[in-house]
Amino acid sequence: MLALVVITIVKLLVLFAFTMTCVAYGTLAERKVCGHIQDRIGPCYCGPRGLLQPLADGLKLFFKEDITPSEVDKPVFILAPVLAVAPPLLAIGVIPFGESITLFGHKIPLVVADVNVAVLYLFAVASFSVYSIVLGGWASNSKYPLLGGLRSAAQMISYELVLGLSIMGVIMLAGSFSLTDIVHAQKHWWFVLTQPLGFLIYIVAATAELNRLPFDLPEAESELVGGYHTEYSSMKFAMFFLGEYANMVVASAVGACLFLGGWNPPFAFLSFIPGIIWFLIKLFFIFFTLLWIRWSWPRLRYDQLMTFSWKYLLPLSLLNIVATAGVMLWMHRI
Amino acid sequence: MDEIRGLVVTEEGLVEQDLMRDTLTKEMWVNMGPQHPSTHGVLRVVLALEGERIVDTEIYIGYLHRGFEKFAESKTYPQFLPITDRLDYISAHAMNYGYVLAVEKLMGIEVPLRAKYIRTLMAELTRISSHLLWLATHALDIGAMTVFLYCFREREMILDLFEMVCGARLTTSYFRIGGVANDLPDGFIEKCREFCNIFPQKAKDYDDLILKNRIWLARTINVANISGEEGLNLGLSGPSIRGSGVKWDIRVSEPYGVYDKVEWEMAVEDGCDVYARYLVRLKEMRESCKICQQCLDFLEKDDSGEFRAKVPKVIKPPEGEAYACVEAPKGELGFYIVSDGSTKPYRLKIRAPSFANLMSLPKMVEGALVADVIAAIGSIDVVLGEVDR
Amino acid sequence: MYHAISEYVPVLILLALAVGFGVVTLLVSFLVRPNDPYPDKLSPYECGIDPFTTGKLQIPVRFFVIVMLFLLFDVEAVFMYPWAAVYKKIGWYGFVEMFLFIVILLVGYIYAWAKGALEWE
Repeated sequence: MLALVVITIVKLLVLFAFTMTCVAYGTLAERKVCGHIQDRIGPCYCGPRGLLQPLADGLKLFFKEDITPSEVDKPVFILAPVLAVAPPLLAIGVIPFGESITLFGHKIPLVVADVNVAVLYLFAVASFSVYSIVLGGWASNSKYPLLGGLRSAAQMISYELVLGLSIMGVIMLAGSFSLTDIVHAQKHWWFVLTQPLGFLIYIVAATAELNRLPFDLPEAESELVGGYHTEYSSMKFAMFFLGEYANMVVASAVGACLFLGGWNPPFAFLSFIPGIIWFLIKLFFIFFTLLWIRWSWPRLRYDQLMTFSWKYLLPLSLLNIVATAGVMLWMHRI
Repeated sequence: MDEIRGLVVTEEGLVEQDLMRDTLTKEMWVNMGPQHPSTHGVLRVVLALEGERIVDTEIYIGYLHRGFEKFAESKTYPQFLPITDRLDYISAHAMNYGYVLAVEKLMGIEVPLRAKYIRTLMAELTRISSHLLWLATHALDIGAMTVFLYCFREREMILDLFEMVCGARLTTSYFRIGGVANDLPDGFIEKCREFCNIFPQKAKDYDDLILKNRIWLARTINVANISGEEGLNLGLSGPSIRGSGVKWDIRVSEPYGVYDKVEWEMAVEDGCDVYARYLVRLKEMRESCKICQQCLDFLEKDDSGEFRAKVPKVIKPPEGEAYACVEAPKGELGFYIVSDGSTKPYRLKIRAPSFANLMSLPKMVEGALVADVIAAIGSIDVVLGEVDR
Repeated sequence: MYHAISEYVPVLILLALAVGFGVVTLLVSFLVRPNDPYPDKLSPYECGIDPFTTGKLQIPVRFFVIVMLFLLFDVEAVFMYPWAAVYKKIGWYGFVEMFLFIVILLVGYIYAWAKGALEWE
C-alpha cells in the first residue's frame, strides 16, 4: 500500500514536471518553428540557441506590474486565469504514456489514473476550459474582452460537439472508453487508417477548441485587440498562455492515443524502441502540426467559422458514425 | 432570422406580434483606434454595430496632423522637398516626384532624359516596396503572419538599393528640382538587376501562400464591394479604383517621366472587392518590375547623359499656378502650387490619395462585419501620414 | 466499487496540485512585483481614448440560439456514447436503432437550418 502511494506521488510529480516543461518549451518551439517558417532564426540570445528563453519569459512576466483595471469584477477576474491552467493539468492525468514498466520489483503502469471512462472524463474536463475564457472576458467589464469571451463561448461549444462526435467511431471500434483499451485495440491497425475522416475532424475541431489559427477568433488581435485577455497583464496573462499550451499538449496526447496508436510502434520490428518514445514522437508530431497550421494560414471570419462547424463538420461527423456502424456490420456479419 | 408570430400578453390583452421583435439588440458603438493593432497608424474608426453587423461608420482623422500645407508657405521651394518625404513615408520617392513635377511645371524646366529614367526607376521601386508593405500588413490583418515577414525580406532589398543611391532608406529626398541629387553609384545597376530578376519568383511565393488558400478567398471575395461609379464619385484612385474595373492610371492618361517610352500594362480587375484590389496590386508589382528592367537597360547603355538640368541657384518661379500629379503607389497624388513670384510658395495644396481613398471606407463596409472593416482598411492601403498631412 | 473510486484519488491530488499551482504562482507574483497604479493606467482599454459607453453590452440573441442548439445536440451525443461502447455486441439491432435516432436528429437539424438558426446574420 505504501509503495503504491509513493509510486503514485512520484508519478504525479514527474507528470506535473513533464507537462510544465512541455508547456514552457512549447512556447519556445512555437517561436522557433515560426521563425524558421518565416525565414528567420527565432529567439537566440537566452542561453545556447535560445534554450533558456522560456525561463526568461517566465521571470519577466513574474516581475511585471499587474494592472487590475478599476472596472473589473475582481474575484472573477482573478479566478479566470486559475481556471485556465487547471483543466489541462487535470486531463493529462488519465493519459497512458506507455505500457507498464517494472522498476525495483514493482509493476508500474505509465498512467497516473487509469480511469475506465477516460474519454468521457477528458471531455468533461476539457469543457471546463471555456469557463476561464468567458469569465475572463466577462469580469474585465470592457468591450473587446466581452465580445471575445462571448465569441469563444459560442465557438468552443460548437466545436466541442463536433469533437465529441468525431471520436465516436474510435469508441465503436475499440468498444471501450478506457484509453488503455483503445491503445491496445490499435495493435495492428491504427485508427487513423480506419477512421481517417474522424481524425481530420478531430484535428480541425481540436484546433478550434484550442483557439488557434485559423480559428483564433476569440483573440483575433486584428479585430478584438487581445480578445478576452486584453485587460490581463503580468502573471495572470501568463496563466492564460500556460493554459493554452497545456491544452495543446493534452490535445496532441489524446490525438496520439485515439488515432495514432498510442505507444504502439508503426511496425513490429521497431518494437525494441520503448513505447513511451513512440508515444512522445506522435505527441510532438501532432503538436508540430498545430504550429505548422498556425503559421501558414490566414484567419477565418466569425460567421464562416460558426457555419463551418454547424453546416459542414456536424453532418460529416454524423455521417462518419453511420458509415462506421455500417462497415462494421458488413465486416462482421456478412 | 425569420419572423416568429405569437400571442403576447400586453396591457390591452392578448396581442399577436413578432416574438423576435424585442430580442433585436440595440446598436452598440465600438471604437477602433487610434490605438488599435490594425488601423495602420492612428486612424480612428467608430462603428455602430447591430449584433455583429455594421450600420454606421464614422472616420475620425487628424491624429497625425502636422500642418504641411501651411508649413510650405514659410519654406523655400527646395526646403519643402524633404517635408514631402513625410507625407506617405513609405513611398518617399513618389512624394518627391509629385512635388518636383509641380515646381518644374511652374518654372518650365525641361528634365534631361537620363534623369527621367532614374526617376521612373526609383518611382517604380518605391511602388514595389510600398505594395510589399501593403501586402505584409494586409495579410497580417487577415491573420497570415508569415507573408508579413516574406514581404519585409524583399522590401529590405529595395531599401538597400535606396541606401546605395542616397544614403537614406525611408525618407530619401533623392529628387531635386530639375533632376536628381546625384548619378547612380557604381554597382547599383547590377544590384538592382539582381533584385528585378529574383522578384517575380518571390511574387509567385506570395501567390502560393495565399492566392489559392480557401480561407483567404472566403475572407476577401465579395467583401467590401464598391462599384467603379461609386468609387469615382468618392474620389477613389489608384489600385483601389482599378480593382473596380476603372481603367484609370495617371501613368497612362497623363504620362510623365518615361512611362510612354517603356512597355507595360495597366492592371485592372473587375471584381470590385478586396480580392480584386489584391490582384491589381500584385500585378502592378510585376509590371513595375518590368518597367525597372527597361529603365536599367537604358541606363546601362547610355551612361553619359546629364542627371540634372541647369536650374538657377535660387528657385524663384514666376507668378502663376500649376498642378502636377503622379500615380503614387496609393493613387493620384497631386500638388497644386500658387506662386507669387517669391522664393516661397504662396499656397500649396496636396491632393493626397490616401485621404480620398479613406472616404470610401464607410461605403465599402455598409452592412459588413467587423472583420470586414479590417480587410477593407487593408485593401485601400491608407497611410496616415498622408491622410492627416 | 472500491476500486473504481480509488482510481480517482490521483485525479483528486492532481486537482489540488493544479489549483495549488495557479494560486501559489499568483500569490508569489503578487508579493514580488511592483505596484504603481494611477487612474489612467487602470481605465479599461478603449483604443487609447476615454471609454464613451459602458463595457456591459447587450448580448446578441444569436448566442442564445447557439447555446440551445448545443444543448440539444450535446445531450444526443451523450446518448450515443454508451451505444458506441457496446455497439459490437448489439449488432443489427443497435444499427437500426441508432440509424433511426440519427434520422430523427437530422429532421431537427434540417428544421433548424431551414429556420435560419445556423446563419450568422
